[in-house]
Amino acid sequence: MAKMTLDQLRALRAQKQEELETRNVEGKDIQLIVGMGTCGIAAGAKQTFDAIVAALEKHKLANKVVVRQTGCMGLCYVEPTVEVIMPDMPPVIYGKMTSDVAEELVVKHLIEHSLLDNHIFDKPAIDIAKH
Amino acid sequence: MAYKNFILVCGGTGCESSRSDEIYRNLIKEAESLGVSRDVQVVKTGCFGFCEKGPIVKVLPSESFYVQVKPEDAHDIIAEQVIKGREVTRLLYRKDKKTETTKLEEIEFYQKQFRIVLRNCGVINPENIDEYIARDGYKALERVLFEMTPEEVIAELKASGLRGRGGAGFPTGMKWEAARKAPGDIKYIVCNADEGDPGAYMDRSTIEGDPHSILEAMVIAGKTVGANFGYIYIRAEYPLAIERLKIAIAQAKEYGLLGKDILGSGFDFDIEIRLGAGAFVCGEETALLQSIEGKRGMPRPKPPFPAMKGLWGKPTVINNVETLANVPVVLTRGANWFSSIGTDKSKGTKVFALTGKINNSGLIEVPMGTTLREIIFDIGGGIRNGKKFKGVQTGGPSGGIIVDKDLDKPISYETLTALGSMMGSGGMIVMDEDDCVVDVSKFYMTFCVDESCGKCAPCRIGTKQMQMLLDKITRGQGEEADLAKLEQIGKAMTKASLCLLGGSAANPTLSTIRHFRDEYLEHIHDKKCRAGKCKDLVVYEINPEKCIGCGLCARRCPVQCISGEKKKAHVIDSSKCIKCGECFTVCKFGAVIKR
Repeated sequence: MAKMTLDQLRALRAQKQEELETRNVEGKDIQLIVGMGTCGIAAGAKQTFDAIVAALEKHKLANKVVVRQTGCMGLCYVEPTVEVIMPDMPPVIYGKMTSDVAEELVVKHLIEHSLLDNHIFDKPAIDIAKH
Repeated sequence: MAYKNFILVCGGTGCESSRSDEIYRNLIKEAESLGVSRDVQVVKTGCFGFCEKGPIVKVLPSESFYVQVKPEDAHDIIAEQVIKGREVTRLLYRKDKKTETTKLEEIEFYQKQFRIVLRNCGVINPENIDEYIARDGYKALERVLFEMTPEEVIAELKASGLRGRGGAGFPTGMKWEAARKAPGDIKYIVCNADEGDPGAYMDRSTIEGDPHSILEAMVIAGKTVGANFGYIYIRAEYPLAIERLKIAIAQAKEYGLLGKDILGSGFDFDIEIRLGAGAFVCGEETALLQSIEGKRGMPRPKPPFPAMKGLWGKPTVINNVETLANVPVVLTRGANWFSSIGTDKSKGTKVFALTGKINNSGLIEVPMGTTLREIIFDIGGGIRNGKKFKGVQTGGPSGGIIVDKDLDKPISYETLTALGSMMGSGGMIVMDEDDCVVDVSKFYMTFCVDESCGKCAPCRIGTKQMQMLLDKITRGQGEEADLAKLEQIGKAMTKASLCLLGGSAANPTLSTIRHFRDEYLEHIHDKKCRAGKCKDLVVYEINPEKCIGCGLCARRCPVQCISGEKKKAHVIDSSKCIKCGECFTVCKFGAVIKR
């Protein structure tokens, strides 16, 4: 995009706001968001990211799922963290998601629609952008 | 087969100890006996950070938040909520007995944390400017460019009560006003991202998670004070943060949010990154400016303050990362909203890097006025391995240690200073009974000796003298008079040093002498370190009655100083022992004694 004017910025914001709310990117309605700050990467978030992508390929889900990255959520003691947002399931944040549990996450949560024991953590605070 | 409900049972240490495990099993049992185990999944989760009201059970998707649940409540939760779809009102959290709070969002501060600076961290993709824009990003810039005068921006900042988050707490609005009023056609904006305290990573995480918030604030500052150029001074040890800043700057330029004629307003602003070589003193603003100019990073006396004479002698606003990250929110939400958070004199929130002997280490953001006890025991989940809390070090090498009796004081710039510590940038290191205060003081003093720039005598000589005295005490050669010497040198350094590095370097030592004088005296008189950290004061021995002669310690000993026949008690040759503690750790029979 070239340089924007004020109106273009406002239009872009409105459009992206909607996208971010439904979290529906490119027609894919499942989102996996991996925390990739220094703490996450040190705990193996890059390997988790790769393992998730591999598991999605294996279970033929790659065309339905977007895997994204974000910064540190603050839960450094349970890094790597992965947030899962998908229809018909409550949004969930998983911690301690090392690469060896990546496939279990894909199978249990995405395919069987059930949650993983002992890996769920809470958002650390309410989102001020929504309240 | 999809579940209709999910019941989350907190499996954090606090809740486990109040029988959350039994709740978990009862819920599964009830679901089976009532024939709904295919409709509901019971899951164990990590700590919800609301331990004082535990055990906590949350039901999704209705977001029912139950507190102080007992194992016998399992029946009602399944029978009412899962089968009939009604919440168990008697278990819902409420602030006091009269209110009928139900929805999670309505529970005021149920999680204790409140995220302004970290609003986007862990939410948006930091390498995608669109996501920042979608969450009200660059909206404050719109207001500043097209709707507000610089005077209004300054008035708003002043009214908000925002103060510098780098540690000293100077009101941001006043700093900007001084730079605006300072005569001169060329002015600069500098972002101080030279985070150097051991154990602190607030600024790094903010930049890694939300780089655009810093860029937006710098453009706003530029427009307000009349500067067209900004520098971000960041240490080279933060490669990911630097990378994300570079991406963010490129994206902002492409969109016309940086560079010439921003959004068609006619205002130009550009930002460059300057890498620091990792000198702690360059976090001091005047030393930082020297470093940007390409000179050796050393502080100079103030005044003149940088707002009058800063970079290349020109008026310069220099703000810390966290301060800047607050600015766009203050301007979009308004001063009234911002000043409603926090205490009388300290407004808004503060980010802390919570580390040390704590269960839930992490990056937290709390409203000013939160107590240290809430941070350590509710958000942090208490001390690791059930050990006893000893103290918390705030503000890194410039801060002091705060002990149990002061944990209920609300956090603000003033209270922390009154406690002999300081807000500092926000490192918070929790210590337990296994930490030795003399050893910790020595660690921080050694850090200051290494990092002192050497320009002024009090700091250059004082830190070294104090470090030598502390070292003497930890080696068991201390005298009682050394304590008075430490205090005397410490006070002199505090008064006479050129900058805050020396001015605050004595804080850890002075505060530990104040709170733990008995422990210092124990080192001096009894030649004893109760935490077992000071190696010269520790002796390892084997209790012949407990030793079964397995030989594990002898095999593990790196200097082969343990000997003995098989199946007979072994002996440690203390003249060769290097006190690594390996034998103590590996012995399964508790036969190795540390004295």
